[in-house]
Amino acid sequence: MSVSLAMTVNGKPVAADVDARTLLVDFLRNQLSLTGTHVGCDTAQCGACTVHVDGQAVKSCNVLALQVQGASIVTIEGLIAEDGTMHPMQEAFRDCHGLQCGFCTPGMVMSAIDLVNRHPQADEATIRAELEGNLCRCTGYHNIVKAVRQGAAAMGK
Amino acid sequence: MGANDTTGLASVIGQPVLRKEDARFLTGTGQYTDDVSMPRQTHAYFLRSPHAHAAIRAIDVVKAKGLPGVIDIFTGADLTGVNGLPCGWLITGSDGKPMNEPPHPVLAQGKVRYVGDAVALVIAETVDQAKDAAEAIVVEYDVLPAAVNVVDALAPGAPQLHGEAPGNKCYTWALGDRSAVEAAFAKAAHVTRLDIVNNRLVPNAIEPRAALASYNRAEDAYTLYVTSQNPHVERLLMTAFVLGLPEHKVRVIAPDVGGGFGSKIYLYAEETAMVWASKRINRPIKWVAERSESFLTDAHGRDHVTHAELALDKDGKFLALRVQTTANMGAYLSTFASCIPTILYATLLAGQYTTPAIWCEVTAAFTNTAPVDAYRGAGRPEATYVVERIVHQAAVEMGIPQDELRRRNFIRAFPYQTPVALNYDIGNYDQTLDAAMEMADVTGFGARRDESQKRGKLRGLGYASYIEACGLAPSNVAGALGARAGLFEAGEVRVHPTGSVTVFTGSHSHGQGHETTFAQIVAARLGVPVDNVSVVHGDTGRVPFGMGTYGSRSLAVGGTAIVKALDKIVAKGSKIAAHLLEAAETDIEFKDGKFSVAGTDRSKTFAEIALTAYVPHNYPLATLEPGLNETAFYDPTNFTYPAGTHICEVEIDPDTGVVEVAAFTACDDFGTIINPMIVAGQVHGGVAQGLGQALLEHCVYDRDSGQLLTGSMMDYALPRADDLPSFTVDTKVTPCTHNPLGAKGCGEAGAIGAPAAMMNAVMDALAAVGVTHLDMPASPQRVWNAIRQARDPALVGHA
Amino acid sequence: MYTVEFAQPKTLADATATLASTGGRPLAGGQSLVAAMKLRLSQPGTLVSLSGIPDLKGIRRDGERIVIGAMTRHAEVASSDIVQSAMPALSSLAEGIGDRQVRNMGTLGGSLANNDPAADWPAAVLGTGATIRTDRRALTADDFFKGMFETALAADEIITAVDFPIVQRAGYAKFPNPASRFALVGVFVARFANGDVRVAVTGAAPSVFRAKAIEDALKRSFTPDAAKGVAVDASGLNSDLHGSAEYRAHLISVMASRAVAAMS
Repeated sequence: MSVSLAMTVNGKPVAADVDARTLLVDFLRNQLSLTGTHVGCDTAQCGACTVHVDGQAVKSCNVLALQVQGASIVTIEGLIAEDGTMHPMQEAFRDCHGLQCGFCTPGMVMSAIDLVNRHPQADEATIRAELEGNLCRCTGYHNIVKAVRQGAAAMGK
Repeated sequence: MGANDTTGLASVIGQPVLRKEDARFLTGTGQYTDDVSMPRQTHAYFLRSPHAHAAIRAIDVVKAKGLPGVIDIFTGADLTGVNGLPCGWLITGSDGKPMNEPPHPVLAQGKVRYVGDAVALVIAETVDQAKDAAEAIVVEYDVLPAAVNVVDALAPGAPQLHGEAPGNKCYTWALGDRSAVEAAFAKAAHVTRLDIVNNRLVPNAIEPRAALASYNRAEDAYTLYVTSQNPHVERLLMTAFVLGLPEHKVRVIAPDVGGGFGSKIYLYAEETAMVWASKRINRPIKWVAERSESFLTDAHGRDHVTHAELALDKDGKFLALRVQTTANMGAYLSTFASCIPTILYATLLAGQYTTPAIWCEVTAAFTNTAPVDAYRGAGRPEATYVVERIVHQAAVEMGIPQDELRRRNFIRAFPYQTPVALNYDIGNYDQTLDAAMEMADVTGFGARRDESQKRGKLRGLGYASYIEACGLAPSNVAGALGARAGLFEAGEVRVHPTGSVTVFTGSHSHGQGHETTFAQIVAARLGVPVDNVSVVHGDTGRVPFGMGTYGSRSLAVGGTAIVKALDKIVAKGSKIAAHLLEAAETDIEFKDGKFSVAGTDRSKTFAEIALTAYVPHNYPLATLEPGLNETAFYDPTNFTYPAGTHICEVEIDPDTGVVEVAAFTACDDFGTIINPMIVAGQVHGGVAQGLGQALLEHCVYDRDSGQLLTGSMMDYALPRADDLPSFTVDTKVTPCTHNPLGAKGCGEAGAIGAPAAMMNAVMDALAAVGVTHLDMPASPQRVWNAIRQARDPALVGHA
Repeated sequence: MYTVEFAQPKTLADATATLASTGGRPLAGGQSLVAAMKLRLSQPGTLVSLSGIPDLKGIRRDGERIVIGAMTRHAEVASSDIVQSAMPALSSLAEGIGDRQVRNMGTLGGSLANNDPAADWPAAVLGTGATIRTDRRALTADDFFKGMFETALAADEIITAVDFPIVQRAGYAKFPNPASRFALVGVFVARFANGDVRVAVTGAAPSVFRAKAIEDALKRSFTPDAAKGVAVDASGLNSDLHGSAEYRAHLISVMASRAVAAMS
């Protein structure tokens, strides 16, 4: 079944007809060619697919595109400014070596921004607890925690 | 000959240069295999066996082929002329005979031998259509009893997997001096015995395996994008040994790869079948594993059962170590499987110690489970676990402090020839132990333990003084030990006319940051900015050759290949400079990016020399070719031996059995450090995987049916951020003596030391309540049961 | 996943009518249903999205009761001032469901209708003796949960809201499965003004149940030790890789005592 879909993605209006079973992540990757959002698992646990829906972190692999009809979606590609300046959280991840293979990184950065929006001064324990939905196999999380703290400080300015 | 100035290396070497690769990863512009698409591409789905062991009586694809969107379906019977997947290491048994090497078909031939074994390749316009078709394939199986664990598989009367492997045995192999060991045990003042299991793991890189295979009819050539740690090896094995294709007509590209940890080294059935099929359907074929498929079919790791005995004299000096290990190969031999529990394991059983006599016997068995092969550490975590657990136990039994017992046995004179073949070039084990103890505040542990006790908790401290053999490997040694390949590395340094540089390396990077560290090496040597150096890896169409990235070899072997190529660049540059400066070659010095005449202020910059090489007007054309582009192949003369001490502190809640890792400290000697930020990151990641093994992870098959019980992240516990603390890591440096970088490698150390350190801490904590044995993972249930059984031995709990 | 039709009704009546005529399933947050569909474990044929129906949202206090709309996301319950001031045990339970991303989509109604044996909300609903309001009736908690993934709801019946009595004291302690982070054992303890105690256990059995022995012990003495001292019968409890029945039985008393200890 094909259904019409309209939403905003990274600030731009998008309209398409989609097969009802299209997952949001597949719509982003395949129809909009926004391949920065990744699929890492099939039980909605790894968080590599995390995007923002109306400002909140959501696993795009576990929602149908139609469920976010009319919403505003931000993906990793939407963080960078027009002039190419990175978001402070992206900068922080780079500064702190909070990524290695990069595959979990887009989802991790989106979750980190959501986390800081709600806990601007999150301590280590809070950061670790709030990242429960994002798996990383490379970094051991040590530098991710540092990056989130640094990103939080930078976002607070 | 122009002088080579290695002091120029000081500028960016050892600096935490931020990574060049991050720009694309952080902005979502990386190119992982699933991000690549080709016009007219189709999608593949593999129908897999639901049974651990069964004969295939018939496969009916007629209805499936007629479903919407289906392009074709292939089974094992269609793959005529296609050989099985090869094993790259021939182990010779202790009976002098080669190992049993049953065929490893690309698609099942008449029989399936593990749940997940590929039975059919379905190709359709969409993944859903391919899945619909797979559901419509009718396979008639005669289900057979399964042999699931190594003990059951080797028992008399066990179900036989392969006619070529009677008794399900692959080999029995041994290393060491059995009679010297027996003699030592006869004289021992004390013998410590330990039975341990090294738990089976699923690697779980966050990017699942994927491939995109395409055939170009006009050129009769193939292009394969694949998640590989070693595209040249992938190409060589696939073309020469399996598909019989001309090697030069196949291009293998490993683009951005989201983690490997060993699981992406091997030649797998999926991409092989897809390359074969791409010619038949003449359209590109894409496949991305689902996570549940990764659990079923990525090569698993570890899975050893070991009995070990350590003989000591009355002062705790190690006299001998004897080890018997049964190792699981899985249903088929994966590419390097045979060498993991032998060459990469038994040779490390001396550890950091002067144990004079060692004997190790390993039996490798086939079971109805997924193939088992290298996973971060590959044999060395298994060896370290045996050595450090038995040393811990001996210290407890003899009432000698943990650090003291280790010190009484440390090797202090180098080079040191171990009784298990390896020759350690250099190390300083006291230094890393001392530093680790100080960073871990071992002196304050007693007070921390008392404080935990007041809260009703048990606290423990554990050590692992590990060593590993890395920088694989000297080819002649490897060959003598059964390797069917060389283990050199290749590096090409291409200087462009404008003085910027592109480096082509066989060392693929899938998280290790080679694009940055290798650029640092080149920048430092040539005196050019890091930003002027690009590093290319992962493409057989661009990189001359490469054995790939694993075994912590990239810097030691790949980096040295680049250094050798740089030597040639500087040598040629010196010749050009000598001509331009009208001086003798022997008077030319190269330092800080300048070629100068010794004792004068006359010089040419590297940029000037580069341009001259490509605009050779004032140039010694009679004796020197234009251009500035050099390649080197480097074969190491020895393994490298990173070593160190890891200390873990745990707090256990006896009410629930929950183990909390309160602190983890690592002091490692990796030789020369090129980028300390990247090195620390490698240690963090390795430690996390090592703690994952000790605390959380366990790949479990049902003993009777062979069904994979831990088939998803719902049942297989991967470490999350709140499972782990922040770590304290540091390095000491004793430069490797046999490569110009002095580098030893660092990628696997964390996974090697952490499991033993953590389990020793757990045993230390549980000693207070009488627990004397526990295997990994120390899950809450297992810990709680161990405590309960120690209190009341009549109780039976789950293991 | 299998093909599916998608309906977007604007009223409750339309939704129930569509469910009845298509035999499909309601879609709330999708965190369980979409996941099951992806694995081809569920083939609903038609999804009837509830997100466009206005009557299903909102949290309000109604005297001595808190009424939470069925389409309220877990994250909304967790951060609700009304819930935090009246019954913080509910907001902290909601805060512990899944992870952040799941909490932003998953709903109270969806969780209850699914009745996963390891879900958290069933423990709070049974533990407080809440009332489940649907499009056609009100069900008591004691009547609602029937078995593993099974409730008293008819195939076309839709939960509209859950009506929680504000109890005197309540607490929830969850012991997570190390892999899935679902409740291996989750215990919700509620103490009522009249001295009555309810103890609801999730994760340990095929469906949420009341631990009568612990309720009796806490009625006599509402202390952590009283709960801890109860030896829970292991028979009938789940047993798997992560927890034997004996281990779960042990954890029930431990978690009950921790719920009491943490209580406000």
